[in-house]
Amino acid sequence: MRTPDSILPLRTEGLAFSAGGVEILCDVSLTITAGAPTLLIGANGAGKSVLLRLLHGLLKPSAGRVFWSCPAEHAARRQAMVFQRPVLLRRSVLGNTLYPMILAGVARGEREARAAEALALVGLADRAADPARKLSVGQQQRLALARAAALQPELLFLDEPSASLDPAATRAVEEIVLKLAARGTKIVMTTHDLAQARRLAGDILFLHRGSVLEQAPAEAFFRQPASATARAFLRGELVW
Amino acid sequence: MGDLASAFRTALGLILSLDPAVLAIVTLSLRVSLSALVLAALIGLPMGALLAVARFPGRGSVITLINALMGLPPVVAGLLIYLLLSRSGPLGSFGLLFTPSAMIIAQAVLITPILAALTRQVLEGMWEEYAEQLRSFGAGPWRAVPTLLWDGRFMLLTVLLAGFGRAAAEVGAVMVVGGNIEGFTRVMTTAIALETSKGDLPLALALGVVLMAIVLGVNALAQGVRGIAARWAG
Repeated sequence: MRTPDSILPLRTEGLAFSAGGVEILCDVSLTITAGAPTLLIGANGAGKSVLLRLLHGLLKPSAGRVFWSCPAEHAARRQAMVFQRPVLLRRSVLGNTLYPMILAGVARGEREARAAEALALVGLADRAADPARKLSVGQQQRLALARAAALQPELLFLDEPSASLDPAATRAVEEIVLKLAARGTKIVMTTHDLAQARRLAGDILFLHRGSVLEQAPAEAFFRQPASATARAFLRGELVW
Repeated sequence: MGDLASAFRTALGLILSLDPAVLAIVTLSLRVSLSALVLAALIGLPMGALLAVARFPGRGSVITLINALMGLPPVVAGLLIYLLLSRSGPLGSFGLLFTPSAMIIAQAVLITPILAALTRQVLEGMWEEYAEQLRSFGAGPWRAVPTLLWDGRFMLLTVLLAGFGRAAAEVGAVMVVGGNIEGFTRVMTTAIALETSKGDLPLALALGVVLMAIVLGVNALAQGVRGIAARWAG
């Protein structure tokens, strides 16, 4: 699955993060390869969002490193992230889609084409001229996905992208995620929704108290988790 | 009471007949205050935006200072510029004292802190909201400045209107550095002060009415712009 200048596989060694003396992640060593979506699951406070931010470079680890399969500056340009609550610019839907491409130095003509295609992908083509912040919450999240997709990242981080959405909007988000994955975009996504993890995951990273307890193909993990903690978590017990 | 009523009638007559003296004073007032606004905006907006995104030692003190300077008495601003521009002052050789240029500089000095402080307030909240998303796009604080200025455009328009209102309505600074020379540096506020003390109420009232209309117009405009800003801020 590895192309010569691909940023994947992504590898971490001994990654740790603490804030204000509290250790949030400790000694996380993992490898993420190209392919079907990787879903990060675990209880609230297990460190899922912090791990995504460390991988994406928004937080600096207090120990350990993230290794890309290409130079770090290339890696930064080939990844994108969509947050639980997207921050939309005070611009039109189209303006929001174009903005990150302007920063990334995409040529003007190509920007327009990519934006149109991305907005069509998420079903917002007819809203291009509207103020982005007037969209509904679900539409805002779809716009955030379009904005990231237009960058054509090789790797896309999604932090609980449907956590604050109703079922219909959640379904729309999942469809977009699957379309992007089918195009070859590697998805690394956190969720607290186990049913969603079953629907989307190629493999699972199970986090517990700041450590990766299991990394396994989704099918195997859900059939027979290796650890007692994961079994309890899947049964819906409160693990902490 | 009868005097006041007749003065008011004469004043309206002066306005409606587009009296050349009134017109000249109003035109100069607008030219001076709008030029001061442009000058102050070129310095104040980027300064405010940088203060909103930059983190450096002493930042809190700079913000406190600029906030305090918002209350700078116009007559003190006038005095400072007077000292700089007077014959024996460091910039005396330019011969700007008692010219409209000196008045523009004095009003710009007066309102630059206002524009910078209000810009900082508006954009700091926006930066807190945008920072992580923009960093994800690869934009640090410096690249964020033009983005914030553009995304805050409607709010910043109200900031500019506040600055213009302050400049157009002040009398102390332009009086000190302009000298209130008839036909050359006499603006609405200085003319009102002079004509009132001379007892020529109609001209003072006429200019007062125009000034009030401008201030009201500016505030109505600011209100409208805030409506548009709310539409885009969601």
